Amino acid sequence: MKKTAFIALSALSALLACETGPAAAEEGKSLTDRLYDDYGIEMLGFAETRWGTRLVDDENEDTLSIGEARAQLELTRYFDAFTLQFKGDLLADAVTEELEADIRSLNVAFRPSDVLDVKIGRMVSTWGTGDLVFINDMFPKDWQSFFIGRDDEYLKQASNSIRTGLFLGDYTIDVVYTPRFQGSEFVSGERLSYFNPGAGQIVGQNMVMADDAPDAYFEDDETSVRLSKRFGGVETALYGYMGFWQEPEGMDATTSKAIYPRLNVWGASARSPMLGGIGNIEVGYYDSFDDDDGLNPYIRPSEYRFLVGFERELAHELTGGFQYYLEAIDEYENYEQTVAPGMEARDEYRQMLTMRLTKLMMQQTLTLSLFAYYSPTDNDGYIRPKFKYKLTDNWLVDGGFNLFFGEDEHTFWGRFEDNSNAFVGMRYSF
Amino acid sequence: MKKTIVTACSLFALLILAPASTLAENVNVEEVVNKANLAAYYAGDDGKAEVNMTITDSQGRERTREFVILRKDKEDGGAQFFYVYFKKPSDVSKMVFMVHKNVDKDDNRWMYLPALDLVKRIAASDKRTSFVGSNFMYEDVSGRNLSEDTRELVESNDTHYVIKNTPKKPEDVEFSSYTVQIDKKTFLPVKGVYLDKNGKEYRIVEATKVEEIDGIPTVTESKVTDLAAGSSTVSKFTNVKYNIGLKEDIFTERYLRRPPREARR
Repeated sequence: MKKTAFIALSALSALLACETGPAAAEEGKSLTDRLYDDYGIEMLGFAETRWGTRLVDDENEDTLSIGEARAQLELTRYFDAFTLQFKGDLLADAVTEELEADIRSLNVAFRPSDVLDVKIGRMVSTWGTGDLVFINDMFPKDWQSFFIGRDDEYLKQASNSIRTGLFLGDYTIDVVYTPRFQGSEFVSGERLSYFNPGAGQIVGQNMVMADDAPDAYFEDDETSVRLSKRFGGVETALYGYMGFWQEPEGMDATTSKAIYPRLNVWGASARSPMLGGIGNIEVGYYDSFDDDDGLNPYIRPSEYRFLVGFERELAHELTGGFQYYLEAIDEYENYEQTVAPGMEARDEYRQMLTMRLTKLMMQQTLTLSLFAYYSPTDNDGYIRPKFKYKLTDNWLVDGGFNLFFGEDEHTFWGRFEDNSNAFVGMRYSF
Repeated sequence: MKKTIVTACSLFALLILAPASTLAENVNVEEVVNKANLAAYYAGDDGKAEVNMTITDSQGRERTREFVILRKDKEDGGAQFFYVYFKKPSDVSKMVFMVHKNVDKDDNRWMYLPALDLVKRIAASDKRTSFVGSNFMYEDVSGRNLSEDTRELVESNDTHYVIKNTPKKPEDVEFSSYTVQIDKKTFLPVKGVYLDKNGKEYRIVEATKVEEIDGIPTVTESKVTDLAAGSSTVSKFTNVKYNIGLKEDIFTERYLRRPPREARR
């Protein structure tokens, strides 16, 4: 596997060299143009390097928070009846000391009838109205990538799915079926440390969380459904999800391994222009039905989730976004009874505020942004100041901070407080 | 003899033209502006163009943008749909910007980011913002709402009407007024000169090339110069087509996720 990845990386580097090298210039046509003109293949991609360091000493983790070289290649070919798409990454990771290949898209999309779109294969899916807060979007994520300063693109993981869209007049029904549960990449201690309630302290590589993911095809499957309709400027949607918690929110008492309990989610959302900006509201009920009405101490209880947000331009080239998020534990009295002595019980209501500020400068070549999560009930948060500067159409430098803080170590953001880091990256796109 | 003929011709021409220029003095400004609005933004029932923008900053550095723009009119002078499919630079490739333009209320705008499969709604509050980092503004692309300005005819010569536009809400915009030259034959606005709050010229929008396509006079090259910043943007429009039968459902979320054939090369 490592060898394959290395060969592919070399091939890609060679390709890149062709793209920018004198040979391409001589013919006056880039490889991208030649591929398109001769074979009808659209090619895109980039090569980048990214480095970061921990700002807090963590005896159980490396000081290097991110250190990698990555290349991405995307190929698309449109045929009359269907479209083929491939997008893959090769990653040389200095933190894990591994070479990885990650296929982000490998799918075929077609239209069997005027009212039906079908996409089969590996793909990234997103829906819902929240800004970096997800209620009804149960597609796999990678918060670890997000926390160490990789591009936002990597917050979303690809999954092997069948996606269909049925378009009936004003109504749209989307169904995403994943025959085998994938789950989100979670903070396990391997690369980022976290508070382990069992150990009663922050742990890292000394106590990497072992998990047991459901992996039987067609049995451990996931189905996401959305019914949407637009009323003038107002977009509304109903959602359903049948599958599992995306992170290991349960424990097998016999093996002590982290498990992914069954989960159904039912929700709704609306989004509309208002007051010179865009307002959104989203609700969801997380039915963790194996939790026995909150009486099972090994499984995360059911929850209600609520989000309301507003985004608008505050000044010239300055946009502000604000969200309020509420998580309420269902059957809280039952849950409270099950909390083992010495363990911290979660609050019945967890509230969170988010703020986004984005400022564009220098003819939109420089983007300064800030995204902050703050929970007044947990008194913890996560702040992401970032800059992005486009030197040319091809070259980009970016950098920023991931800052975690919390009064307690056991709360949602507080448990990551030893992972605060700073990072810089440089990317060449072609 | 020759001279006599020339004189006679000039006289004849003068006779013919004289009534025309008298008429021009009584020109209905609103009618001219409405015609110009239709000529510039509502040609045909729908249309497509491939756009190549070159942005040059004050230090002479160039950046380019390439996109395909699809447009469909709901009614002439009224609501419209726009679909902008980006090709270059590569970091924005396959992104889609979609607008449902309204005349009597705010536009609806969407952005599709393919890497995240994310459909984002964008607030339409500030239309005097740079379009994709160029010297063109959103309003230059989809047209400034006629109800935002008051107008007066400042000149009518053989070839052009010159109209001065003053914003009704000067606090909402960065200019104090702008004058537009409208070609008398095609009714295309061919030059706009913007004055800043001190009354100084600072921004020029020009149609630098006009060609007839499918019988419709079409701007195939335009340029915006920012005199204050020393930067400029040239837009070239190729493969312009009108009345290609674009369906209304192209301008929905379905096609953000899957660009229509018409938007691809």
